[in-house]
Amino acid sequence: MLLDKSIQELHAGLTKREFSSEDLVRECYLNIEKYQTKLNAFITLVDKEKALQEAKQKDRDFKPGVSKLYGLPYVLKDAYISEDMRTTAASHVLADFIPPYDSTVNKKLKKSGAILIGKMNMDAWGHGGSSENTDFGPVKNPWDTSRVAGGSSGGPAVAISTRMAVFAIGEDTGGSIRNPAAWCNITGLKVTYGRVSRYGTIAYASSFDTVGPMAKTAEDCAVVLEAIAGCDPYDSTSSPIPTEKYVDLLKKNTRNKIVIGVPSEFFGKGLDLEIKTAIESTHKTFASLGMNINEISMPLFDYGLPVYYLIGPSETSSNLARYDGIRFGNNREKFSQETMRRIMMGTYALSAGYYDAYYKKAQKVRTLFIREYEKALAECDVILMPVTPTPPSKIGELLTDPLSILLADIYTSTQNPVGVPSLALPAGFTKNKLPIGMQIVGPMFSESLLLTIGHLYQQKTDWHLRKPILVFNKD
Amino acid sequence: MKKKHSKLILTSEIITHVARLAHLKLTPELILSFQDQLSSVISYMSKIQSVNTDGVPLTSQVTKLTNVWREDKIDEDRMFTQAQALQNAKKSKNGYFVVKAIFSE
Repeated sequence: MLLDKSIQELHAGLTKREFSSEDLVRECYLNIEKYQTKLNAFITLVDKEKALQEAKQKDRDFKPGVSKLYGLPYVLKDAYISEDMRTTAASHVLADFIPPYDSTVNKKLKKSGAILIGKMNMDAWGHGGSSENTDFGPVKNPWDTSRVAGGSSGGPAVAISTRMAVFAIGEDTGGSIRNPAAWCNITGLKVTYGRVSRYGTIAYASSFDTVGPMAKTAEDCAVVLEAIAGCDPYDSTSSPIPTEKYVDLLKKNTRNKIVIGVPSEFFGKGLDLEIKTAIESTHKTFASLGMNINEISMPLFDYGLPVYYLIGPSETSSNLARYDGIRFGNNREKFSQETMRRIMMGTYALSAGYYDAYYKKAQKVRTLFIREYEKALAECDVILMPVTPTPPSKIGELLTDPLSILLADIYTSTQNPVGVPSLALPAGFTKNKLPIGMQIVGPMFSESLLLTIGHLYQQKTDWHLRKPILVFNKD
Repeated sequence: MKKKHSKLILTSEIITHVARLAHLKLTPELILSFQDQLSSVISYMSKIQSVNTDGVPLTSQVTKLTNVWREDKIDEDRMFTQAQALQNAKKSKNGYFVVKAIFSE
């Protein structure tokens, strides 16, 4: 199947006219027709004929030197504004919202010649780690359809895992790219805060939100990142620090000896034993690549969730205040219970009498977390961690206890308050054939280093090449 | 320094007050279940109180950027027509958004 190929292979094939953009779009729709009703990954699908027309036009207009993404079908998490195409954030509040403009990330991808084929299901407003808190029905895990796909970017992860698109754009506020990447066996990059413009992203928590690629491999993520990264005058929090040639740098490892730190706190109580074992067995692979493993300590770990769940909901309660059904969207009665809970938590933490004890206190501990990461990353180049404490949960399992929904984010919620980037990638399987992910966290703006380590690891292993049986048993 | 926190109880008055601030209409059943759920979540988060933060400054954002300015010029690429601005409004009249009256006569 063409969609198993990497972006660079697809680009080479299109350049040599071995196959066409139309062939790729046809293959995507074939998989969508087979699996969408089972998995519920899409909220809005572009009309097939329209997408094919666009692909044919791209084939006709193909010129040497076009972007590597030219003619490639992609999907967006439905948190990104797309001009003249419904954008819902998976909430009934925006069930019929047709944006009159494009997010910067979508504008850049369109300009590169990539073809948008759909807007993907997610936890409404990014509120969740399972893609069950959606008004469009839960997303199902292709490795076991009785289980969740992870979230909040569950739809994009499923689309990549089942080859419904070449690449996807997810959004990560406290693990929303990394968690579904781990549970669906794909690769996802949470970028440094400010590396990619947030203009046109439906905000969850503005000081945590990041825009990043989800794809089959670290190499594919590098290609996509190169197209979307950079400063944007429309987002004053986007960084003026120059972007890098992420793809070329994959092959140029300039560091002599990469030191990988392993914080013991992240491998203690609460971590599933199979996940622990799988990640520990990656140490040998890293060692064979000439990297060193060093045990480090991050004693503040236990306070990560409180920082995230005091500041995140505070910011979301403020961001979602704009939804009053006047200029666009429906009224506030359409918010789901999980969203109302988060608005309530945030409003409480910000309200008079509680502000100092919760919001302000969390902002101070946020400073301590920044120092904690600085200290840890002074002892090593990158930090290796689990992504999720458990394999994907059964559908409905997390919904009964709001605290358990929050605990699913325990390993992924400390990076966003600090701003550091993290690459999630496949690291093995449980006995029941459920995917296991790991994450590699680096200093601010170290995307190139993370992608290089991920790429080297994926040259040595084949976890990322494995596909769910559900999807491919008929081929 | 470390103290065990017993479960905090949020009264229905607090929940009702917060819901009013958040502009959310909660049913009596929802007030009851939020009382219980938010009490346990906030109790869990309260363990943050035991961290010593004496003399630690606040962090509200991590970009290290301050005062990001732009020229005060009109960017026509970002302009909406009146029709575009109103296209998603449930109620509009004569080119205006229709809103609820704030003052009564």
